[in-house]
Amino acid sequence: MEIIYVYTRKRSEFGRPCSFSDRPAKVSVDIPPDPSMASGFVLRNPVDSYVQHASDMSEHEVNTERVEVESRGVNHVEGGWPKDINPQEVEQTIRFRKKAEKDENYINTITHLGTLMEHCVKQNNAINIYEEYFGEEEMAEVEDEPPSAKTINVISKLTSFFDILLSKRDPNVTKRTATHLSWHPDTCKKLAVAYSSLEFQQNIKDMSFDSYIWDLENPNKPELVLKPSSPLVSLEYNPKDSHILVGGCYNGQMAYWDTRKGGLPVEVSTVEVSHRDPVYGAIWLQSKTGTECFSASTDGQVLWWDIRKLSEPTETLVLDITRQGLLENALGAVTLEFEPTMPTKFMVGTEQGIVIACNRKAKTPPEKITSTYSGHHGPVYALARNPFYPKIFLTVGDWTARIWSEETKESSIMWTKYHLSYLTDGCWSTVRPAVFFTTRSDGTLDVWDFLFKQNDPSLSLKVCDEPLSSLRLQDSGCVVGCGSKLGTITLLEISSGLCTLQRNEKTLANAMFERETKREKILEARHREMRLKERARSEGQGTEVEEMPVESPHEVLDRARREFFKVIEAELQRRAQAETQEHGSASAFQLKDRAGEEAAAQGEESQLPKDKEEEEEEEEKDAA
Amino acid sequence: AEVEETLKRIQAHKGVIATIVINAEGIPIRTTLDNSTTVQYAGLLHQLTMKARSTVRDIDPQNDLTFLRIRSKKHEIMVAPDKEYLLIVIQNPCE
Repeated sequence: MEIIYVYTRKRSEFGRPCSFSDRPAKVSVDIPPDPSMASGFVLRNPVDSYVQHASDMSEHEVNTERVEVESRGVNHVEGGWPKDINPQEVEQTIRFRKKAEKDENYINTITHLGTLMEHCVKQNNAINIYEEYFGEEEMAEVEDEPPSAKTINVISKLTSFFDILLSKRDPNVTKRTATHLSWHPDTCKKLAVAYSSLEFQQNIKDMSFDSYIWDLENPNKPELVLKPSSPLVSLEYNPKDSHILVGGCYNGQMAYWDTRKGGLPVEVSTVEVSHRDPVYGAIWLQSKTGTECFSASTDGQVLWWDIRKLSEPTETLVLDITRQGLLENALGAVTLEFEPTMPTKFMVGTEQGIVIACNRKAKTPPEKITSTYSGHHGPVYALARNPFYPKIFLTVGDWTARIWSEETKESSIMWTKYHLSYLTDGCWSTVRPAVFFTTRSDGTLDVWDFLFKQNDPSLSLKVCDEPLSSLRLQDSGCVVGCGSKLGTITLLEISSGLCTLQRNEKTLANAMFERETKREKILEARHREMRLKERARSEGQGTEVEEMPVESPHEVLDRARREFFKVIEAELQRRAQAETQEHGSASAFQLKDRAGEEAAAQGEESQLPKDKEEEEEEEEKDAA
Repeated sequence: AEVEETLKRIQAHKGVIATIVINAEGIPIRTTLDNSTTVQYAGLLHQLTMKARSTVRDIDPQNDLTFLRIRSKKHEIMVAPDKEYLLIVIQNPCE
């Protein structure tokens, strides 16, 4: 059925003004419901309906294509010379020049320009218009800005798919941990990073062994690829000669590279005399030749090498704190620390949580180990001396970072609170004596300013989602590089408030360290006193103590069993007595109640003797 | 002769390291530096002056560049432009 409404108007009436009139409603169309169609419908019960009061969101993605840039140079040849003159020919150029000088225009121009120029030159000489007038005042400004750090560069080994197809570079699909970072000693624009997989026995077959030297200007492609025979765990630039690097390998060998000679190691130590475990610490030594270094590993040895002759170590030391030099008792070393200002002493952080301070120049091997500091529950992952106060050093391990003084051997003088995640690495700031950095296994970098706040880090930054494995501060103190478990290196620039030396900071830091050291010394002295007193007391009670027989575990078990059964029997007896008395006198009810109460309170042994006494009283009463 | 005198006078001032005169095409006519450095300065400063001049004229067509001074950490480069020639003086401002 079509519903139409027809509207007609005469043509001559077009354009006439409208005159509206009112009329009552009129039904134009009426469609009655058709019951026969109702069977085609199904009643919907229940009806699901939803209401939501939320703004409509839609997801959009924008991603800029990453472009690989390469620097190229163009060599200009001298140009501009007119066609007939060859710039290489000196005579021709001289002739041309002489001709130009004879030009009248030239003379006029130069005289005019000359006066103009002289004016400016004299101006420059008269007064320095860009002088710093209020130089001293600027220093007095207090940095009120909150500490912050900015990521300046992220170096990751994710090569784009495009590159894998075209350039046939090492794809590095398997991600390896960046275990160690070392900044170039002079320019600080280059970073050497050691990559290896530290998971126990997780060596995937086609995992590459390479480690890279990155140039900060070019984060896409490494400047140099180092190809050792086994992945590198630690890598250090020689502070004296910036072309030489020494690396400790996963299989215990030591290798050294010369960047001028390419990516293959110049020499590798022989396997028989090297370490048996990954070389976790490798540091260059101060020596006249600049070729000496030493290394430490979890097999418990510290070996000294001269890189000119890597076929055997020059010296060895076994980290046995019982001072017997036995390899079985040795503790595995995880970090190594060496301060160039104290060339004979060095410190080793071990897997067992103990820090050993050693003296290289001791006469006998047992004497080489001077002292030990224990206090960490897990391996000491980082060990660093304060660059301003060498007696104070920082250790990072398990869930805390601790500050120690060389004099107090019992415990650390200051420590951070226990965090929720492991601390993996730490280092002092090179410019401020009370500032240090730590990295955690939840990917956070903490900057602690111990003069300002000791409970929390002054700045805590989430760098990435995976654990951070290594940390290294650039010598200037403003840029810090951290390496993560998946091989990404992030470079952060710290806000100037955290890397400029404040007034009096050195003296304040010194005062703080002295105060804490003194406190620890007092505590130590007190402990010692208490221990002496106890020892004296225990010697007085020595005879009594000896009389008590030493029980073996078996005997203890028998005794416990006997006592248990005694208790059970006593209880059973009591119950039996209660039952017999039930059939007895009228006070049976009371007794039953009492017995019931006693049974209820039976669980406690201490009640039993009391109950026994009560029963005895009852019996006496009954008897009476 | 006058030219010689003028240039010598400028060169004699305190702090002046070098003086270069280049023509409109960027060819150094007179210089007190070695050839390679001169060529480098000539090429670069020529382009810079052209750019500076065009900038000034873009902003105000009646205007024109009279002098260009580039002060850097180590020294100051002063360029006096003209229609056909360019006089460049490198001075070490006394501090």
